[in-house]
Amino acid sequence: MNAPPAALPGLLPRFARDGVALAALALLALLIAAAVLAPWIAPQNPYDLAQLDLLDGRLPPGALAADGRSVLLGTDDQGRDILSAILYGMRTSLLAGTLSTLGALALGLLLGLGAAWFRGWTEAIIMRAADLQLSFPSILIALVLLALLGQGLDKIIIALIAVQWAYYARTARAAALAEREKDYISAARALGLKPLRIILAHLLPNCLPPMTVVATVQIAAAISLEATLSFLGLGLPITEPSLGLLIANGYAYLLSGKYWISFFPGLALLGLIVCINLVADRLRDLLDPRRMAG
Amino acid sequence: MAVYLLQRLGQALLVLLVMSLLVFAGVYAIGDPMAIMIPPDASQADAARLAASLGLDQPLWRQYLVFLQQAAGGKLGVSFAFQVPAVTLILERLPATLELAIAATLLALLLGIPLGLLAGLRPKSFPGRAIMAGSILGFSLPTFWVGLLLIMLFSVQLGWLPASGRGATLELLGVPVSFLTLDGLQHLLMPALNLALFKLALVTRLVRAGTREALSLDYVRFARAKGLTEARVIGVHVLRNILIPVVTVVGLEFGSLVAFAVVTETIFAWPGMGKLLIDSINVLDRPVIVAYLCVTVLLFVTINLAVDLACAALDPRVRLGGAEQ
Repeated sequence: MNAPPAALPGLLPRFARDGVALAALALLALLIAAAVLAPWIAPQNPYDLAQLDLLDGRLPPGALAADGRSVLLGTDDQGRDILSAILYGMRTSLLAGTLSTLGALALGLLLGLGAAWFRGWTEAIIMRAADLQLSFPSILIALVLLALLGQGLDKIIIALIAVQWAYYARTARAAALAEREKDYISAARALGLKPLRIILAHLLPNCLPPMTVVATVQIAAAISLEATLSFLGLGLPITEPSLGLLIANGYAYLLSGKYWISFFPGLALLGLIVCINLVADRLRDLLDPRRMAG
Repeated sequence: MAVYLLQRLGQALLVLLVMSLLVFAGVYAIGDPMAIMIPPDASQADAARLAASLGLDQPLWRQYLVFLQQAAGGKLGVSFAFQVPAVTLILERLPATLELAIAATLLALLLGIPLGLLAGLRPKSFPGRAIMAGSILGFSLPTFWVGLLLIMLFSVQLGWLPASGRGATLELLGVPVSFLTLDGLQHLLMPALNLALFKLALVTRLVRAGTREALSLDYVRFARAKGLTEARVIGVHVLRNILIPVVTVVGLEFGSLVAFAVVTETIFAWPGMGKLLIDSINVLDRPVIVAYLCVTVLLFVTINLAVDLACAALDPRVRLGGAEQ
């Protein structure tokens, strides 16, 4: 995988040639902005129990709450405004997805580069561990870890890192094995540079491009997995609801026709994931020369 | 061949041992099962007696040795919550999960192969593009939310299909199955479709890519030049070649279907072992969690081995235990 580092300034115009991908990018930017700005634009703070009124519970979309304002997307059983809960929930989902992906990327890079550099038993242990992890589905590993660790944002991030690092470790090792035979690395060695310096300053920058695309796709996967785990009641505690937990909350009311408690958070989750996937797909097409022909 | 098989079996046993150690050490850290099992008004002596009867008063390494010893004999402890051997509990639920996973695999293949062929033969056409867009959606849609949508549409709005349970079952070789009764089939359809969605997208993409690649190869041109009908070229020559990767991937993914059944079973209250796992985690029923993981790991190791062997049988170019790549 020797993608020429695409000139970043030229990337956006080429990206924009695909209308669907551009629309996805715009919608994604909008969703992220809405999530970041949630404390300022949300009609209420869904975590502040003082702002919740049980009498407003399970209002359908567009109904009027006790204080006279209209609830655009309805309320849940606690009288929580669904729109506000979605905005805050997206914050949590994006945070968990991004932080865990960055963590896994860092850990995977470190282990993958280390394996490629030191070879021998270091490599054997790291790569066998990666094999073991990849031979089990991510949800199973995450389920077990969360069952052990308990609930919480930090714990779900740890679990998500644990199920993702192996992809990066493998990709990084493969890239680094190809790079380490090149002349500039020999030159760096001949200069007597320390291994850590060669790995971080020389090997790392050249192994990074193929991994960034993997990382984009993985953010979507991580968000989806987090939502699934929270839906099963193993992810985040009820005090910091992510989109998955919101959907789980509404599940009980689905059969009585109160669809909005689950439906709208699900729609937001879907929007987030589809947009990220479409953007990542387009990025991959642009950055991987082998795919351009197709 | 025999050496390879022995090597693989040895590896598999090692994986099982490592996993059992990890699982046992880990599961031990989940809360204190005593807190749940003891009535609040029990005396100190009662608590000690209960702990002794469950072996919870022993040091951790001893508990693990006892666990290993019994595991080798197929005993993985007695469920704290049900007072039934954990393995029995898991094996009782296993057929339901397997039925669901097999139904999902069949759906993914029966729908995915034609869709993939269509998209591969006419990549620029509207159906071709629509199928590809749909497959992105299939990858993106979170399984559990699709499940809720299905229930919302087919159970709540239309009232066509039941939302939960397994329906009437019939005994087949002593195992209760749902697919032999109409009621059971109705119960099976939605969960199976839900579970199949992700694999359906995967199979569609694989078949499409395989078809596009095969169409440009010489043997297809030759078959056409020979004057074979298009149906024969596609149906026999192209299809046979793209089926090898499809079978491999579907086989390997079967294990992940069993794992993901946790989600589908929870939504549709399907009485399989995935739902049992979630229930057990919630009440800290340690032996059942450990037994679930051991059975699943065993299943995985077996599947991987079987797929490797099947590939070798299908494709003579695959050399077992060959040189390092």
